Amino acid sequence: MAEGYIHSVRFVREKCRGCVTCVKACPTDAIRVRNGKAELIPARCIDCGECMQRCPYHAVEGVSDKLEQIKDYQYNIVLPPPSLYAQFPAEISEDVIRGGLSHLGFDEIFDVAVASEYISLEIADYIKNYNGGRKPLISCTCPAVLRLIQVKFPELIKQVVPVLPPVEAAAIYVKQEAMERLGLDASQIGVWFLAPCPSKDANIRQSVDVVHTQLTGSIAISEIYGKLMRSIGSVKESKKITASSSYGMGWGSYGGELAAIGVKNGLAVHGIENVYDVLEQISMNKMPDVDYVECSACSGGCIGGPLTAENKFVAEKNLKLRLAKMREHEPSDRLEAMAESMTCEGFPKSGAYIKKLVPRPMMQLDDDIMEAMKKFERMEEVLNSLPGLDCGACGAPSCQCLAEDIVQGKATEIDCIFKLRASVKKLAQGMLELAKQIPISGGSMDLNDDGEEKDADKGSN
Amino acid sequence: MTEAKSVKMSYDVAGGDFDRAGEASANIKRMLQKIGIPADIVRRVAIGTYEAEMNVLIHAGGGTVNAEIFTDHTVINISDHGPGIPDIKLAMQEGWSTAPDYIRQMGFGAGMGLPNMMKCSDKFDIQSKIGEGTSITMEFNHISEDL
Repeated sequence: MAEGYIHSVRFVREKCRGCVTCVKACPTDAIRVRNGKAELIPARCIDCGECMQRCPYHAVEGVSDKLEQIKDYQYNIVLPPPSLYAQFPAEISEDVIRGGLSHLGFDEIFDVAVASEYISLEIADYIKNYNGGRKPLISCTCPAVLRLIQVKFPELIKQVVPVLPPVEAAAIYVKQEAMERLGLDASQIGVWFLAPCPSKDANIRQSVDVVHTQLTGSIAISEIYGKLMRSIGSVKESKKITASSSYGMGWGSYGGELAAIGVKNGLAVHGIENVYDVLEQISMNKMPDVDYVECSACSGGCIGGPLTAENKFVAEKNLKLRLAKMREHEPSDRLEAMAESMTCEGFPKSGAYIKKLVPRPMMQLDDDIMEAMKKFERMEEVLNSLPGLDCGACGAPSCQCLAEDIVQGKATEIDCIFKLRASVKKLAQGMLELAKQIPISGGSMDLNDDGEEKDADKGSN
Repeated sequence: MTEAKSVKMSYDVAGGDFDRAGEASANIKRMLQKIGIPADIVRRVAIGTYEAEMNVLIHAGGGTVNAEIFTDHTVINISDHGPGIPDIKLAMQEGWSTAPDYIRQMGFGAGMGLPNMMKCSDKFDIQSKIGEGTSITMEFNHISEDL
């Protein structure tokens, strides 16, 4: 348990007002308000960014690399995902947006969507050859969902499809290709992801699914958006690359992954609460007839990421219009359409690069089972004595969590304001009782029942 | 002297309340996780309990789930005061079901409940009397397979 966790969400103390909005929204109960400020419990955080989405005071920030950092590298490759293109109206063509990226200083552009098509085929293969194991199979592409599975649903690890997330596959491919073509050393090449969310950033620093990431960093879409918009405005020439078909591009929004894989009997689940719910049901074997579940932590899919700039519904509209345009120029058959853009020689297969997902237990009360049992019993006792309102005033998301914190010695019963009020009342009564018992000596003061002085020599000082 | 330590919990299952279906199993799952029972065992307990919970909900108009967790095994007992099962042998056959049509339309009543409970538990016992009710006891050893 000594292993530290690196997270990409950061609380800004000066802005935090301790309102517990984030505490209540966190799917893994990883936030507490202590001394009026929100604090993260690193072992529980899955970097989903829900706190960032919900905070009314913008006190939660996503960690992002800065555009200026590309100066440290001789050759820079940028990996824009579909959610980047979805930030702009469809009238601005992808090539113009790519021109804008070139203008910002990137030497090469490779669409994550192209990698998504290779990964789609790998997933389709895996589903086809999956025999006898529990169903449904679960999507591997959202790192926040993978972490949720690690901490809350380790029993589902076997159902996660073991393939690379498209962005990691893309990074492996472009770096290798550039090294060979340009004769550069790996350290001279910067590979940058334009991230819609913090969970991808966390995955670069501490990956759950890839043995050795080839990404140099991730620059938040919100960080680059303004600069890119200005840059697009002054673009004279657009930049042509081998783009994906509409299927790869479709991955940016919910349901796109299912469509690209070509699985009919599948679910597209988005929004971390919904994902949690569905995973709970899968865990109880309630969905054995479903083949595949696409999961994304953000509502709407990656376009709904907390580090995007445009409203997610507008982004969804933008993406849909782009897809419609792309379909006008591509074969109607899915595989034929994808084949046109899948021209990368030696595109990596996941097998050699993928890391086995491991459980990250955080639920148990104690490493020792006897001790855990004792704590559980005490926790239930404490819970029964709490009001059960889940008001959050104590800084924990629910009475259940406060009970657990109390048993773990991280909180006390009077953190509950109802308990505190009851204790104050008791204390006050005790004090009054005590006050009444003070022996009357000489001309000292006496109190009446209301606690007011009724002595005559008030003005003695 | 060794202390025979266990933790007990009890949950009511409301009859016919599909909105709350699976609540007892979810609570028991959480309890096992808090105590640190391996994930694959937790899952087997949750699946078995869920099947039993659904049976009580569909056929018996409600009942009680009792869970007792020991260091090396877990015992789940589900009892009800429903109509009882006339022929247990028949009921244990895969595909046998007395669930009404509307239940089958909801995806339940495939006749796999009891066989599944037996499959996922290490010990399985069923007692039933017509007009009095049914009591099912499942035992799960805490011996984990690799995840």
